[in-house]
Parts: sequence; C-alpha cells; structure tokens
Amino acid sequence: MRLKFTLDNIFKVAAGIVAASAVVILLLNAYILISGSTIVLNRYGLDFITGTNWNPVTGRESFGVLPYILGTIVTSGIALLIGVPLSLGIAIFLVEMAPKAVRVPISYLVELLAAVPSVIFGLWGIFFLRFWILDYIEKPVNAYLGWIPIFSGTPQGLDIFTAGVILAIMIIPTVASVSKEVINAVPNSIREGAYSIGATKWEVIRHWVLSYGRSGIFGAVILGLGRAVGETMAVTMVIGNAVGPSAMPTSLFAPGQTLPSLIANGFLESPTPLEKSAYIGAGLVLLALSLLINVAAHTMVTRLIKVKGGTVE
Amino acid sequence: MNNINNEKMQSVNLNAWFGQKQVLKNINLSVKANAVTAIIGPSGCGKSTFIRTLNRMHELVPGAKMSGQILLDGQDIYRDDVDPVQIRRRVGMVFQKPNPFPTMSIYDNVAAGLRLTGAKKGQDLDEVVERSLKQATLWDEVKDDLQKSGTSISGGQQQRLCIARAIALKPEVILMDEPCSALDPIATAKIEELIVNLKEQYTVVIVTHNMQQASRVSDFTAFLYLGELIEFGPTRNIFEYPKNPLTEKYITGEFG
Amino acid sequence: MFHGYKFRKFQNKLFYFLCLLCVVIAVVPLASILLEVIIRGAPVLSINFLTADGLHGGIGPAIQGTLILIGLTCLIGVPVGVLSGVYLAEYGNNKYASSMRSINDVLTQVPSIVIGITAFSVIVIGVTGSFSPLAGAIALSFMMIPIIARTTEESLKLVPNSVREASLALGVHKWRTTLSIVLASARGGLVTGTLLAVARIAGETAPILLTILGNSYFFQGFNAPMDALPLRIFLNSRLPSPDAQALAWGAALILILMVLSLNIIVRLASRGRLKR
Repeated sequence: MRLKFTLDNIFKVAAGIVAASAVVILLLNAYILISGSTIVLNRYGLDFITGTNWNPVTGRESFGVLPYILGTIVTSGIALLIGVPLSLGIAIFLVEMAPKAVRVPISYLVELLAAVPSVIFGLWGIFFLRFWILDYIEKPVNAYLGWIPIFSGTPQGLDIFTAGVILAIMIIPTVASVSKEVINAVPNSIREGAYSIGATKWEVIRHWVLSYGRSGIFGAVILGLGRAVGETMAVTMVIGNAVGPSAMPTSLFAPGQTLPSLIANGFLESPTPLEKSAYIGAGLVLLALSLLINVAAHTMVTRLIKVKGGTVE
Repeated sequence: MNNINNEKMQSVNLNAWFGQKQVLKNINLSVKANAVTAIIGPSGCGKSTFIRTLNRMHELVPGAKMSGQILLDGQDIYRDDVDPVQIRRRVGMVFQKPNPFPTMSIYDNVAAGLRLTGAKKGQDLDEVVERSLKQATLWDEVKDDLQKSGTSISGGQQQRLCIARAIALKPEVILMDEPCSALDPIATAKIEELIVNLKEQYTVVIVTHNMQQASRVSDFTAFLYLGELIEFGPTRNIFEYPKNPLTEKYITGEFG
Repeated sequence: MFHGYKFRKFQNKLFYFLCLLCVVIAVVPLASILLEVIIRGAPVLSINFLTADGLHGGIGPAIQGTLILIGLTCLIGVPVGVLSGVYLAEYGNNKYASSMRSINDVLTQVPSIVIGITAFSVIVIGVTGSFSPLAGAIALSFMMIPIIARTTEESLKLVPNSVREASLALGVHKWRTTLSIVLASARGGLVTGTLLAVARIAGETAPILLTILGNSYFFQGFNAPMDALPLRIFLNSRLPSPDAQALAWGAALILILMVLSLNIIVRLASRGRLKR
C-alpha cells in the first residue's frame, strides 16, 4: 500500500516540477537579458533608454534605443488603428450578420491568415505590398499632404507606414477571433431587449453588444498589441532599417526601426562585447515592454470585469 | 382605425417553424383593443412563439420561419414594405426573465428607446421617464436612485423597469412572455395588478402557464396545445364552461 | 432630423456593408500572398531545386534543416509540454498550478527574438560553441512548450471523469490511469495540438536566425551551422540577384504548403473527431 501511494506522489511531484518549466524558461530569459546588458547599462545608464545615437565605431561608441522604442510604439499604433476596426468588423459580421453557411468558411480563412509565417508576410511585403502602398497611398498622400511632417519626405515604400500595415494584417486573426468570442458571449436577452424597443441591428451592436463586451474587446486589442510589439521578421524586411537619430519616427514615409528589427539586423554582426551588450539591452527593453503590456491587460481586464461583476445578473 | 369589432391584432392562418419542426399550426386569433388576452397551454405548445410573431421577434431566431398574416389595425406587419423596427415600437415586449440593460442606469434603461429616435437630454425626457416609471408603479421605489445600474434592483423591480422601458415608447400593444415566471409571489401580485391597470391605455397579450394568473388578469383566453389553437373566448367561458375536453383537462390540472 | 427613421435605416445598411467590407479586406491579403507565392514560386520548382545544395541552386539543405529542427524540437518540447499539461489538468486545482498556468500564458507572449538571444547566449556561446541545430531546437522548444502545455490541458479536461473513475475503480493507480488511460483517451487532441505547434514553429525565423545561422551545405553535425526554410527565405530576400530572390519564392511555396497542409489536416481531423 505504502509503495503505491508513494508512486502516485512521485508522479505528481515530477509532473509538478516539469510544469514549472515555463517559469524556468522565463527566468532564464530574464537572467540572460539582464546579465547580458549589464555592460551597456553600466556604461550609459539611463542614457541607453533616452539616447538616440547608435555608433559602434571604437572610440566613439554611443548606444541609445529611444528611436527604436518609439518606432515600436508607432508601428504598433498604426497596426491597432487599422487592424482593430477591421477585426471588429469581421467579428461582428461573423457573429451578428453572416448567414450560417458562410460563418465557418470565413472564420477558417481568417485563421489561415494567422498560419502564414511572418517571413512570408515580409517577402510579400518587399516584393508586392510595398509597391502597392507606394503607388496608391504614399505618393498621393505625400503629394497633397506632404507639408504635414508625418507625411513628408520622399516615399520609397520601405518605411514605418508599410511596416504598420503589415502588422495590422498580422494582428487581425488574433483580435478578430478573441472579439468574436467576446461578442458571442453577450447574452441574447440583452439583444432581445434592445430589439424589442425598436433598435436597428446597428444600434443593438453599437449601444448594447459592444458596450457590454467592452472589457473583453479591450483584452483582444491588447493581445493584438502584444503580437505587434514582438513581431520581428516581417517588420525587419519592410521597415527600411534606419539606425541612429535618423530612425526617429518623425515621418511615416521614412525608414524606421523597431526594437525587434534592430536586433534581427545587427545582433550577429556585432563584434565587440559592448555592442553585443547593447543589442541584448534592446532585447531587455523589448521584453519589459511586452511583459508590461501583458500585465496591464491582465489587471485592467480583470478590474473591468470586477466592476461589471457587481451589476451583471 | 380599429375595425368594427375593435380588434387590435389578428393572426390569419399563421404557421411557424424552427428548422423542420412546425411549432404553430394554422392559428386564427383576434386580440381585442384595451383588453388583456392570455395565451395558456403546456410548455412547448408554441405560446411563446405565437406572441413573438406579433412583433416580429420570432424571425430573429436562426432557422425560424413563418407563413400567414399578422394584422395590426388591419394591416399585415409581414408585408415587404413594413420594417420590423417600426413594428416593435408599436408593439412592445416584456420577457420571461427580467432583462434590463446591465450597462445602463435605471434612467437610461427607460430613456434608451426614445434616445434612438433622437430624444436629447432635458425636461421632456425626464418627464417621459418619470411618467413611465410611475405607470409601472416603480417610481416611488427608485426615484432617488435613477443613476444606479438597471440590474442593481430586485427581480420584481427589474421586471417593472422592463415594463416602464416598453411603456416609454407609447406602444399600442404590450406583449408579455410569462413575465412573472422568475418572480416571487409578492412581486407577481404587483405585476398582475399593474397588468390590469395597463389595459386602460394599452392592449395587452400575456403568455402564462399559470392558469390562476390567466383567470385573474385576462379578459380573453386562448388555449394552445401542440401548436394548435384548441379554444379561444372570454376568460370566464374558458374557465367555467370549456367546450373542448382537452381544455377542460388542462384547466383542471390533469396535464401540463 | 438626425435620428430620422430613414437615416437610421441607411446607417444600418451602411454598417452591414462596412462589416462585409472588413471581411473582404482581410481576405484580400491572404489571397494575394497565396497567389504571389504560387506565381513566383512555382516556376522555380524542380527536382534539382528540392534536392540540390545551395551551391547548385537548390534548397535541399533548408528542407532537411527544417525537418531536423522540427524533429529535435518535438523531442524536447512534446514530453515537457505534455507533462506540464498533465499536471495542470489533473492536479491543477491549487495556487501553484494556477500561477504556473498564468506564467505559461506570459511565456507565449515573450517576443521570439528575445528567445533567440537567450538561446544564442546559453547554447551557442555556452554549450556548442558554434551556431548549431541544437541551439535552434532549444529556442523553438521554448516557444513550443507553452503551446503544447495549454492544448494538452484543454484536451485532458475534455476527458470525462467517468473514464478516470472507471480505471481507478479497477485498482489502477492514479499515475498509471493518467498516463495510459487519460492520455490515450485524449490522444486526438494531443496530436492536433502538436501538429498546430509544429506548424507554428516551422515558420519561425527570428529565433533560428540567431542560433543556426544558415548554411549552403547539407547537415554538418550537431555543432555546426545549419539551414532552414524560413531562414533561407529571409537571407535570399536580401540578396540583389533575381535568381537568389526566385529561390526565396520557391522556398516560400514549400514552406507555406507545409504549414497550410498541417493546418488543414488538423482542421479535417478535429472536424471528424467532433462528429464522432
């Protein structure tokens, strides 16, 4: 009897230890990034975050990641601005409007979009989307609105805007599928009540469904943001890869750089320990940024749900 | 524009289906104006489906179909040029489970329907909200908490809020789908009293599986069984001199 | 009047078409990508292209490398992920398990390039001393483990309790019940979860960019640089020669065929399972 009991327990403990692998991996990542960036952080301190230079030339070294932090924020912002309305439209169409027969095929197509590897998005971006955006968006906008700083410069198609558009497409599956679940979870009794006072479908969705599901939709948006912030290859391939002060995202139609694309471009070509440490430091900032987004999403969503929890049936 | 018999609504050769299953079979029934008409029958007899065809809520359920006519003041509400949105403002509805809008305050719950057609904030809206809540006998209980959530009050109060929400649009007909089935006896008594008062201004159709309730509040009663209209007439006749043996069996509690 | 009935009706129609438009706008890039990849990739395909090494105009090393990476990654990721999932599903009603669950979710959000840096620093610098398949597989398994843990937990939770009770009632120990009965009942879910995870990591580029480097030759050993399809696509897309770029499109066609067919297999398999 005692032996059987022990075997069960050994299994439980062993599985429990293995279940901690996620913690181990996470801590390992954090440790490697923190220890790897000590050289650059010791040398530059806060200037590493606020600096705009990236100069590896011996004797004149200077490393600052501000342009890439801003580049990450701006490209992700464009992605949300374009991708979230599209995703919401898709989710609403699938739950509230589409005939039963087309629901499954459409959601399957959207899921397939998520299956396309990011490097293929990038390839398509360099050789196809770039020219399309250049001819139909950037050149016309630049011609008429070029006096506005964010549309200024000579558009080449490999820039912050194109990176933002690719990211927008890439976050659609995530945001749309989570929003779809959220909208599906809105109780039918709310829709019925709204219809019974003579609301049109659009009014039911706008005033009732979206307002009831707002915290969940917020969560979907943040998940999309997390995806956009960490995305590497597609962005690296289309953003134009500016380095140093010129990477500051002042115009959408100018080459830029994000934290992940900076690392993908330069990490392997960095010969000195200081430069390598600067790239690892950029990775640390990126990790902190994505963990922050995660935690913020988690706490805000649970807080919103709690506030609502007091009043919902 | 009511016709001679004072018939507010009529169903003519009404059939309804969910997918392949026929739930209503050739129902012909008239609802008199300024009266309470009760629809009774065992669960699954199609009584909820019936009143949901009266304001075109039936068609919102996926797979739902119907044939025949529903006349409102003699006009078919299923004609192609009639918009269900406008019908639902003339024919209001109260549901089985109280469903006030959880994201809105008590005030906004009542005002929501009017806001859709452009009512702005202000005295006029305040007056409508107050009058509707008074008619629904809820005003005295909530007048100090109008900004509280619509779901923060008790179940009986929530149901009266839903009635106020319907009244605010000044509908011609109010449909009630087992409005008391989720409520305790005291809340039920209040709602029943309210229903009797409502018929002065509105035409009321109420679905109930509680025969005592039907006999207490209604002027006319229709008995539905397995999708067919078995008997229809003044409530007193139905309960005291049922013509059909099935009706008699049902009201004496032999099945249900 | 702004809220006139006609205006509301128009608004309603407009909104319907806007939502429909959103669907169309989302499907267009997918169609465009597939079309471009097929049009530009198909002409390159040949036996030589699929089997020759990089010096002879082929992507053989990339295909081989991707298969090796998938194999090695599964060797590490599947046992660890499944066992984690087993713990979370079978013993998961405690604080420890729920925090492991959240951390598992956090791990799925860690940017893949960060995982690449970690695998580079630990394995490439510390263990193999060179870019290596092992470093690539470790990086990819860091991404695979949380996915498999999650899908395992979900499929085990679908196994009815009566199955466990029936086995326990026969006097079988809980650990044996879990390993032989519960896991077997959930095998469909485990297989589809693994296939999805494979489809996901097969296309990952950022972590292997920093760990396997790329190679024109076939497999050179466990402590030498290796090639892989996504990496080949990325590296060739940056070369100025049109021939090299054409090779990238050909490799993209092979990769997308692999990934999409895995997804479609999963879709068909899970539909069959649901029907039963």
